Amino acid sequence: ATGTAQNASGWPAPEKPTPQNDVTHYNNFYEFGTDKGDPAELSGAFKPLPWSVQIDGLVDNPRTWALEDLLKQFGQEERLYRMRCVEAWSMVIPWNGFSLAALLKAAAPKMGARYVAFTSVLRPSEMPGQRRGLFALKWPYVEGLRLDEAMHPLTLLATGVYGETLPTQNGAPIRLVVPWKYGFKGIKSITRITVTDRQPPTSWNLMAPEEYGFYANVNPAVDHPRWSQASEQIIGEGSLFRTARKPTQLFNGYAEQVADLYQGMDLRKDF
Amino acid sequence: MSSIPSPRRRRSRFSPVTRQVLLYLFFLLPAAMDIAQGMAGTLGPNPTSACLHDFGRYAFRFLLVSLAVTPLKRFVGVDIMLYRRPLGLLAFTYAALHVFFYVVVARHLDTHILWQDFSSRPFLTFGVLTFLILAALASTSTRRAIRALGRKWAPLHKLAYLAMIFACIHYSIAFKTWHVEPFIYTVIAICVLALRMVPRSARRKV
Repeated sequence: ATGTAQNASGWPAPEKPTPQNDVTHYNNFYEFGTDKGDPAELSGAFKPLPWSVQIDGLVDNPRTWALEDLLKQFGQEERLYRMRCVEAWSMVIPWNGFSLAALLKAAAPKMGARYVAFTSVLRPSEMPGQRRGLFALKWPYVEGLRLDEAMHPLTLLATGVYGETLPTQNGAPIRLVVPWKYGFKGIKSITRITVTDRQPPTSWNLMAPEEYGFYANVNPAVDHPRWSQASEQIIGEGSLFRTARKPTQLFNGYAEQVADLYQGMDLRKDF
Repeated sequence: MSSIPSPRRRRSRFSPVTRQVLLYLFFLLPAAMDIAQGMAGTLGPNPTSACLHDFGRYAFRFLLVSLAVTPLKRFVGVDIMLYRRPLGLLAFTYAALHVFFYVVVARHLDTHILWQDFSSRPFLTFGVLTFLILAALASTSTRRAIRALGRKWAPLHKLAYLAMIFACIHYSIAFKTWHVEPFIYTVIAICVLALRMVPRSARRKV
């Protein structure tokens, strides 16, 4: 990281933020369509409010939280994070939100809890991508983290971006951000968080297990079977006739903070 | 071929070659518009990839239309044989722009990355093969080349069928999930190719 800005929580902020219009108009959110412009264009029918998130599974305090109560209880801070998509492009995004760890601590995981499973919203009537049948992922979108990954201070539940309420195309009203992992781990429009003792299924892994692992840690040394992960295109920079690219960093530049989590693991095998 | 001229056909003011050139130039407009928009900054957050994908789709469409010329004449009675060559050249031109945007604009001519891409990723391998065929066909489409190749010209240009099949594979497996659009295009391409296998006797009845 060459940036001099600091995040509120103390770790260095990355390069300059991607323009807001690019952050909100270049999205992968297959519930609304597979084109990058689809989420902004086709998410008008989706009404994120009112919203609640159910926390259950191996916890002492299961509870269904209304969104307002989450915001009241845990507040919001700004986190400027790198975002690296598995498709080899990247952005730098100023999120607003709170640590997932805070919510999990309130839920109090029981002995034997090892993983956290996330479920996204299922509303085919409001989400055209969910009506595509064979030509789509299985709905609802599901994701998962190991409990220690979920408890890591970098792991964020975002409720805003650029100081504004999260737009529908970015995963309104509440989404996950795990900056050292590929973007598809950041499940959007979360309705349920379940603490569990076994590794939960994840949508892209179900779709193509050879291409998308459970961990999905950003790693320039482990290529996607259909493209290289060694470098990335920087969205919002470069020109029509020359894209801006930079080398991809291990754990997306957060190795100092998260490498400990994967000690003794073979990152080629557990990709 | 019918020897009686169609009464409805009006005589064009332009010579056949001029009409071919005009059609070719007219259908370069989508490329010009993309590039103009890209330079003006109105092609979205990733203009490079918008151009790359648009040009690939146009290459596919023009190859498909150029292969539809013969069945259109035989089964529908619409004769646009005059335009087959400019349509084929449009397919090649858009394919060349598509390749240019990948190799030069997106990959910065990095030979190491390009070699890795083309040798290890099947969808790109099919793309390269398609482009090589189109380049061979485009370079043998001049009158001189047609005369020089003589009887070999027609079998050589049947490689266009293979290019169409490779293009369908390249397009269909290029995405993270199955997409509807390449599937529809592939079905149309299969129909266009399959019509060539209808025996002559059956054709006459139509």
